[in-house]
Amino acid sequence: MELVLAIAIGVLVASGVWLLLRPRTFQVIIGLTLISYAVNLFIFSIGGLRTGADPVLREVAGRIDQYTDPLPQALVLTAIVIGFATTALFLVVLLTSRGLTGNDHVDGGDGTP
Amino acid sequence: MSPHLLVAPIVLPLLVAALQLLAGERRQRLAVALSLASCLALVALATMLLLATTQQGGDGALAAVYRIGDWPARFGIVLVADRLSALMLLLAAVLALAVLPAALARWQHRGHYFQPLFQFLLMGLNGAFLTGDLFNLFVFFEVLLAASYGLALHGSGARRVSAGLHYIAVNLTASMLFLLGVSLIFGVTGTLNMAALAELIPTVPENTRTLLHAGAAILGVAFLIKTAMWPLGFWLPRTYAASAPAVAAMFALMTKVGIYVLLRLSLLLFGDGAGPASRNFGSDWMLWGGVATIVAGIVGMLGARDLGKLAGYNVIISSGTLLGAIALQQPAVTAGALAYLVISTLGIAAFFLVAGLLAPEGEEEADDALQLEPYEPMGGDVGSAGLYADEDESRVVIPAPVAMLGVSFLACTVLLAGLPPLSGFLAKFAMLAPMLDALALDAAPRTGALALFTLVIVAGFCTVIALCRAGIQIFWAEPERRFPQARVTEVSAIVLLLGLCLLLTVGVQAPLDFLHDAARQLHDPANYIHGVLPAAGASP
Repeated sequence: MELVLAIAIGVLVASGVWLLLRPRTFQVIIGLTLISYAVNLFIFSIGGLRTGADPVLREVAGRIDQYTDPLPQALVLTAIVIGFATTALFLVVLLTSRGLTGNDHVDGGDGTP
Repeated sequence: MSPHLLVAPIVLPLLVAALQLLAGERRQRLAVALSLASCLALVALATMLLLATTQQGGDGALAAVYRIGDWPARFGIVLVADRLSALMLLLAAVLALAVLPAALARWQHRGHYFQPLFQFLLMGLNGAFLTGDLFNLFVFFEVLLAASYGLALHGSGARRVSAGLHYIAVNLTASMLFLLGVSLIFGVTGTLNMAALAELIPTVPENTRTLLHAGAAILGVAFLIKTAMWPLGFWLPRTYAASAPAVAAMFALMTKVGIYVLLRLSLLLFGDGAGPASRNFGSDWMLWGGVATIVAGIVGMLGARDLGKLAGYNVIISSGTLLGAIALQQPAVTAGALAYLVISTLGIAAFFLVAGLLAPEGEEEADDALQLEPYEPMGGDVGSAGLYADEDESRVVIPAPVAMLGVSFLACTVLLAGLPPLSGFLAKFAMLAPMLDALALDAAPRTGALALFTLVIVAGFCTVIALCRAGIQIFWAEPERRFPQARVTEVSAIVLLLGLCLLLTVGVQAPLDFLHDAARQLHDPANYIHGVLPAAGASP
């Protein structure tokens, strides 16, 4: 499971960075979204991966093999909310830029210097 | 002092912004009155906190620790006020109070919700200065960045939106790096409380220490992007030049937030108490990064063709100087760097406001920047004879606003270049003199400190060249240039900022003593750790 998750995060980040460096605003926002997915998965996994474990101690207080750390889950929730809000804001700016300059190049031109 | 006073600098702007949103856009007078009251209250609060920190005597104990929800420090979020936090709070409040009138003059009507965004920016700044928790720091950074996106775009226009697009993309990427760094550090240590981290770092086992360092480095890159270190700072001049002058003046503090966090974390987490493997981690990078940033700033400043960009590159030079100075990790140098931080923030803010006033009013819609004349070595068709031929016998009467602008421009030049007699010189001297002492004692890395020392002086010289050239072109080369009318509020903002710098020149001793205490407190993190975690010895 760790290997699958690691590969997934790696592929998401690689695609995200590639798209972030592209000249069209839509590609940039998709790239940022992919990177933020990867970062969220990464935060989620830092507490250690366990299947079927609760973030609360159910049985005996000593059995932490049945227990998953709740803090990364709280952190990832905050990160998702903030990432979502800023991406929405970025989308608005992107559309404004499209309206003002008439094209979707990140520099507002048609790509020719 | 009530313990709840510590949370007030965060809650107050939040409440005021919410009220302003509820009151709506039409009741501008109410919004303005609320903003002014909030800024005045923030100055009072910050002054009270500052005075509380000075009453601790020389022992360096913390002024106040506020446990949100009264949870113990390791589990809950703490707000901590030490001398550095109180200083930054006061700086933010004073700058806001000075900038607000300038914004009232003409900028707040250029778009929507200027006042609430301004208050949210203050909330984020105050929170970032007070928090003692890494993830909470991330949240406050996002608050201040979200507000700054709105403010940077304030007034709209193609140039502003295009610059804002870059600004937002770069900062979103930086936020992702911030999260990666924070989560790596959490994965290794299991805590995000700064004091608990400082306590745990010497005991981190060797096999995970590399991971901890990787996390700290990624986190550091996020802050260095905010600080605009070369090569991470190319977004800055364009964004600041495109922003409304009042907004850009407030943004002069934003790079200093990055400096603040780097200073706090590098001394707290990787100071002398961090054990041999982690001690001074990253300080070489910061030193050489600072040197490279100053060089990049000088090159950009000498090539800048409009006043906004000129001011932006000044921000970069000041960032580089501060980065290099705090990387030396000498208490006396840090104290001088703090003085330089205050003076350069006030000076650059005043310069942004002056630059905004000098911009021709009619051209704002087409192109906001004040374009300087392209440099023509031969003078074109105005030969040397032409220069003197049309000299008139009648004296040119300089109207009062132009004289005021000229004097402010000159004062800004002297402040930013660090020439005597204004406080810019004193701040630079307070930073450079201990650097020489450290060099003599071999306490600092020799080549790096020498390079930094030389470049700070060269940067001052080049600032004089660049600003004099700009001043000559604006005030002397174009006699028929029409200056826009300056309103009283705008002028009062500039006078307030420059007056503060003048005041700091005359009464420099008490603030400097305070800064030395603040630096000593920073270089002895044991007080911070024990203040936040009272039962530090007892916990496992």
